[in-house]
Amino acid sequence: MNVNLTPTGVANSNRETAAPTANRMTVSKVNFFYGTKQTLFDVNMSIAANRVTALIGPSGCGKSTLLRTFNRMHETVRNARLDGEILLDGQNILSQDVTLLRRRVGMVFQRPNPFPKSIFDNVAYGPRVNGARDPISEIVERSLRRAALWDEVKDHLHKSAYELSGGQQQRLCIARGLAVEPEVLLLDEPCSALDPISTAKIEELLVQLKDSCTIAIVTHNMQQAARVSDFTAFLLVGQLVEFSPTPQLFTTPADPRTEAYITGRFG
Amino acid sequence: MNGRLRWRKFVSGFMLTMTGVCALVAVSVLFCILGYLIYHGGRDINWNFFTKLPTPVGESGGGMANAIVGSAKLLLLASLIGVPIGFFGGIYLAEFSGSKVAFVVRYSADLLNGAPSIVIGIFAYALVVHPFQHFSTFAGSFALGIMMIPITLLSTEEFLRGVPRALREGSMALGASKWSTIIRVVVPAAYRGIVTAVLLALARVAGETAPLLFTALGNRYWSPGWNQPTESLPHMVYIYALSPYEDWQHQAWAAGLVLLGLILMVNIMARVVLARGVSVPRA
Repeated sequence: MNVNLTPTGVANSNRETAAPTANRMTVSKVNFFYGTKQTLFDVNMSIAANRVTALIGPSGCGKSTLLRTFNRMHETVRNARLDGEILLDGQNILSQDVTLLRRRVGMVFQRPNPFPKSIFDNVAYGPRVNGARDPISEIVERSLRRAALWDEVKDHLHKSAYELSGGQQQRLCIARGLAVEPEVLLLDEPCSALDPISTAKIEELLVQLKDSCTIAIVTHNMQQAARVSDFTAFLLVGQLVEFSPTPQLFTTPADPRTEAYITGRFG
Repeated sequence: MNGRLRWRKFVSGFMLTMTGVCALVAVSVLFCILGYLIYHGGRDINWNFFTKLPTPVGESGGGMANAIVGSAKLLLLASLIGVPIGFFGGIYLAEFSGSKVAFVVRYSADLLNGAPSIVIGIFAYALVVHPFQHFSTFAGSFALGIMMIPITLLSTEEFLRGVPRALREGSMALGASKWSTIIRVVVPAAYRGIVTAVLLALARVAGETAPLLFTALGNRYWSPGWNQPTESLPHMVYIYALSPYEDWQHQAWAAGLVLLGLILMVNIMARVVLARGVSVPRA
């Protein structure tokens, strides 16, 4: 698939323009505090099932903070407090067991963070820790195929993950996240540490993955959001300014601040 | 002005040279000790030394087999006592640091590290020897184990803290519990450092004599089991060096040489283990 690198390039040919059939996650009246400092103000949005939703905005606007609440990773930080409601398939995630939640909602981080183990053991980690029904080697192969990494590593599964290149390591992290078969996959600026070719490979991958998975991606690269996402949320200093289908947000934004951001007047 | 400048240059050169000389002295102390030990004790190192029991004065062919085995038993049991406590305590400090309890634990470990070893010996005497009414290997190991705790604990904490936070987050994002994360990701990532810490703790307590004086006591013969008094290498050095018999004094040098040699080997092994483990992940 050729990837068009112009700002409004249509790489995503499955783009949804009509209303989605279902919301996988719903975010209501979310306010977030680090100690006494508030960083998210009354955020209301939804993550559509089997679609890619992008969170964009300038540095410090709270998009990563918001993403991390979706699988309660904010709880690893002391003094972080979340007010409001986040529903996964209608159930409040704050009242569920957090390890069960994180199996259903996975995360890939900005810098690749493979474990100091072999490629196989990295992907097998999730299934092993959570107890898997299928044989581990099958799960590993399936996940590596879904992450478009199988052909490159199938003969080297027992090599250390650190011998892979940056782009390969990030795809390994995606495979590792997919191995527990999450319903939602969260990606926090997954390509910001990668070169353009690896970035293009991962963007292709995300478009293919949404058939089996719901995706939410934070990106500071507007063009990337325009390329891969179906819905885009624009955040500014902790507030959700606009949330619309991607073509609409990038061509006819409703809010003047959105227009100022996407035309590069600030950011 | 010229004279002043010359004086300042002279003082500078002189002081810098002195720092070099002091560094040299510091290093050469170790080599002097080794040299002395080799010279005085080298000739008494033979097969008998390692395999025979001590003989009465005047009889030749005696050795320190019971002391060597005794030291080994003491260190083995001390490790079994001190290492798990230090290891799990180190995990607590690394994963729950910042709380007041963690601060107290860390500070107490530092203080325990500096406690005089003879005081720890008295403590072990009161706690183990006195209730059971006899000296034993177990009592000696108890004292040495206590001394191993702070070293293991503080080093384990340091190496666990050195594991990047990103690895912990990656594990937790997969639905692993905090304990799974610690034991399956963080500890394996830091294990070389932890092994080094254990080896260094062993090397440190291997030469301790004072705590053994009234716990393990000493034994001219083999010490069966763990409940009998036992001989140890540093203790033999103490007894034989103080004796009026030249024969025994030679043996004391030999024992010192073997002891220092073993400790140096463990130290070097620890550094090699650590050096091999330093691999920087790419990207």
